[in-house]
Amino acid sequence: MKDQANFWMSKQEQRHYQIRKSYSYGMHTALVVATLLVLAPLCSILGYVIFKGAPGFNLDFFTQLPKPVGESGGGMANAILGSFTLIGLAALVGIPWGLGVGLYLSEYGKQRSLFTNIVRFSIDTLASLPSIIIGLFIYAAVVRSMGRFSAIAGGLALSLLMVPIIARTSEELLSMIPMHTREAGLALGLPRWKVILWIILKGSLAPLSTGVILALARIAGETAPLLFTAFNNQYWQSGLDQPIASIPAQIFNYATSPFDDWHNQAWTAAFLLVIIVMLLNLTTKFILRTRRA
Amino acid sequence: MKKILFSCLLFSFSCFAYSTTLINGAGATFPYPLYSKWFAEYQKTHSQVHINYQSIGSGGGIRQFLEKTVDFGATDLPMTDEQLKKSSTTVLHIPTTIGAVVLSYLLPSMHEPLKLTPQTLASIFLGKITKWNDPALVALNPGLKNLSQDILVVHRADGSGTTGVFTDYLSKVSSEWKSKAGSGTAIHWPTGLGGKGNEGVMGLIKQTPGSIGYVELIYAKMNKHPYAWLQNKSGQIVEPTLQSVAAAVDISSIPADFRVSLTDSPQKSAYPLSSFTYLLVNQTMDKTRGEPLLPFLRWSINEGQSFAEALSYTKLPKELIQKITAKINEIRIK
Amino acid sequence: MKSESNDLNQTIDEPITAVSIDSKKHQPAGLYLHGYGDFIFANLLRLFALALVLMLAAIGFFLYHAARPSIAASGLNFFIENDWDPIKERFGIPAVLYGTLVSSFIAIMLASPLSIGVALFITQIAPRSISTLLSSLVEMLAIIPSVVYGLWGIFVLAPWLRETVEPFLGHYLGFIPLFQGPISGVGMLTAGLILAIMITPTISSILREVFLAVPAAHKESALALGFTRWEMMSYAILKSCKKGIAGAVILGMGRALGETMAVTMVIGNKNEISASLFAPATTMASIIANEYSEATDDIHLAALIEVGLILLAVTFIINTLARLLIFRNQSRSHNK
Repeated sequence: MKDQANFWMSKQEQRHYQIRKSYSYGMHTALVVATLLVLAPLCSILGYVIFKGAPGFNLDFFTQLPKPVGESGGGMANAILGSFTLIGLAALVGIPWGLGVGLYLSEYGKQRSLFTNIVRFSIDTLASLPSIIIGLFIYAAVVRSMGRFSAIAGGLALSLLMVPIIARTSEELLSMIPMHTREAGLALGLPRWKVILWIILKGSLAPLSTGVILALARIAGETAPLLFTAFNNQYWQSGLDQPIASIPAQIFNYATSPFDDWHNQAWTAAFLLVIIVMLLNLTTKFILRTRRA
Repeated sequence: MKKILFSCLLFSFSCFAYSTTLINGAGATFPYPLYSKWFAEYQKTHSQVHINYQSIGSGGGIRQFLEKTVDFGATDLPMTDEQLKKSSTTVLHIPTTIGAVVLSYLLPSMHEPLKLTPQTLASIFLGKITKWNDPALVALNPGLKNLSQDILVVHRADGSGTTGVFTDYLSKVSSEWKSKAGSGTAIHWPTGLGGKGNEGVMGLIKQTPGSIGYVELIYAKMNKHPYAWLQNKSGQIVEPTLQSVAAAVDISSIPADFRVSLTDSPQKSAYPLSSFTYLLVNQTMDKTRGEPLLPFLRWSINEGQSFAEALSYTKLPKELIQKITAKINEIRIK
Repeated sequence: MKSESNDLNQTIDEPITAVSIDSKKHQPAGLYLHGYGDFIFANLLRLFALALVLMLAAIGFFLYHAARPSIAASGLNFFIENDWDPIKERFGIPAVLYGTLVSSFIAIMLASPLSIGVALFITQIAPRSISTLLSSLVEMLAIIPSVVYGLWGIFVLAPWLRETVEPFLGHYLGFIPLFQGPISGVGMLTAGLILAIMITPTISSILREVFLAVPAAHKESALALGFTRWEMMSYAILKSCKKGIAGAVILGMGRALGETMAVTMVIGNKNEISASLFAPATTMASIIANEYSEATDDIHLAALIEVGLILLAVTFIINTLARLLIFRNQSRSHNK
């Protein structure tokens, strides 16, 4: 190898090549350092969460309703179920909407069109809104008109948080698919909408799922918008138009109390949240693993 | 794709249909542990009644109650006249227990509790006294003589009834405070860092040597953190205990609607930073809400009081309970 | 290529079929709906996009309507006078605006290079087994609720900064105003750091997908031309994914601007503009979250919502600037 390099390059070129190579290795090291810098706080936080949360994992936690302070054996079963309900509702609205907008931008959006640019701005702006403002908006629009806090309001607020993330990531990823994939589909005689759904969308489920998982992870841990919409509930759910418990709301309640027992439950709940979303992530990756292009 | 949507649908219908009445309430964070104990105990004898209370803050409780999204409210500070005007129905304030705000601090070299006068307290929070070995502090606390550390003031960043009680007291004892900062649930603080919630303030105090801040009594106790003794209006230096807090109540000076401030009480052994916490209910309630709620209110000021001291809350004095019972009897169910 | 993509966009109402050349004579009966499917689908998607814009408009309108009492009372003073006094009913946002912008700026400056680095490492250098593990680990950072970040910040990050990092910076770099002043562990630097940690997983997860989608041909041809590994990454990947990188960074920046819980716990919540990174500050999102629950005065509520409205406007402006800067000379390309 080295002889060949010597054969084709002059001394000056060799030196230049060595410099480029060392620069490349130097950047490799920088990348490793960057990764380590990112992993360090991750390990610190995760370690902290596991350390404080793991001891509280017991059957009671998953099956019991919250108990007042001083009584042992309380759990968060209703909050766990409530979180699933809220995430399910939000996903029902948020995923189709977000994917639809992302598809529109990548397939039908013309670069210079005013409408397309307005849509892009809207996505970015919505993505930057503090979640509490979205909560306030849903409070004014839904809770005030319904006269009560409800799971539906909570689900709507969370879906508004999901849509920008899913829309942006799906637009990015779908527009990276080369044109000839679409042309091949059209050349085979498929109508455009089938090309988009069956070929483009179906073929990029794996990368798109990253965006969806990011969005779900974001809303799984959100407290502020739920405070004014879903409220929280100490009991089992009695209907979608009633207040509903959720894990982040319970974490917030317990973490801000003066009692160690409740603090421990809050950490356990945080740990549980991480595990749930992690499982969701792994399951999705597993299901979609054979479909990566 | 279809599978994903279907499973979302499944998730969202994972709810149960129940035939119990759910009563919703919102408000102050301070009494939350006591209330949650009450709801659980009450449910043992009245299993159909589910009372769901969320501690979103006194102001939030008042607002949600006025907007009728919850059935009852809870607040540390009584509603003002303007707030009462906004309600289409008559609102009743029912005192449930008495709370106290204490000054917690981190001074590892001090082995006795810190003692403060109203003036020194106001000066610290105004930023006029900046070091721990200031002569005004050393006068009551000889142990501070050699401590030249800076005082770090910690206050609440978020609006809160606790802040309301504390600033109400400071406005009463210091005219300078009254003109510079005033009293309310959220004010412009002359100095100091803001922590989020009682536990945020407690967390900052625990981490920062030389810091002092105000929290509810129960937070300092649960964190086993030292808190200061205050000199009250009659000159006594009082330790915050359940007894001294209860001593702040002067039955004769309590108005009929119970809207009163207990801070800076002239009673002899009273702790000057005490305050009632109230439940807010409408004088006329409809059947579905009123029938479960009314017996609960009676229960809370009678049997409920027996749970208070175990959780470090102060029991209501017996004479006061009689007055409150009379008030509860004014509630009508349509 | 470009003209073909334009063609594609302009003929959405007619399916492009292989037999469209002599469509008039050889129309295959019953196989196509003559564009109905495309018509419905395209307009359905348009509806979704329109709904999004309308939703934002509704939120903006709601904010404006609820903030009107405060706008009427304070007028332009809101931007000039630096005072946040709910008792005296004087509200001004210079310090709040400053805190938001600076903390988000610190977060972006720290997070962008790190995220790009991590994504490059995961997709280009790390062996397959490690890269799957690493990407899952980084995604786990995204899952942690912001309340937990806040608690970790108070109990782990702030003490570390107070005892180790900030004294170090103050000692050696104290001649720069950025590193002067009293040290308490909570403040602008802590908030910026926590935000950086929070937005890194978002940016790097998206970037990971974007980098993976670069066709192998690009990378291979660069290497074949004699580029070193790093040069290949720089030219074949980074340069061609500029749009994706910008998109991911903008999304991260959006998250930083709007983050509430974690920031409010570690920023010290002091309504003051200070040059020092060690000083406490306050941000728009945290002031809304802190005071909204308790605010009962109408004017206080309206002032808080006005802050929200201004945050919306600030986001809008920053996004516009970012897009203008980055996409000035780029045209949309489906492949490179």
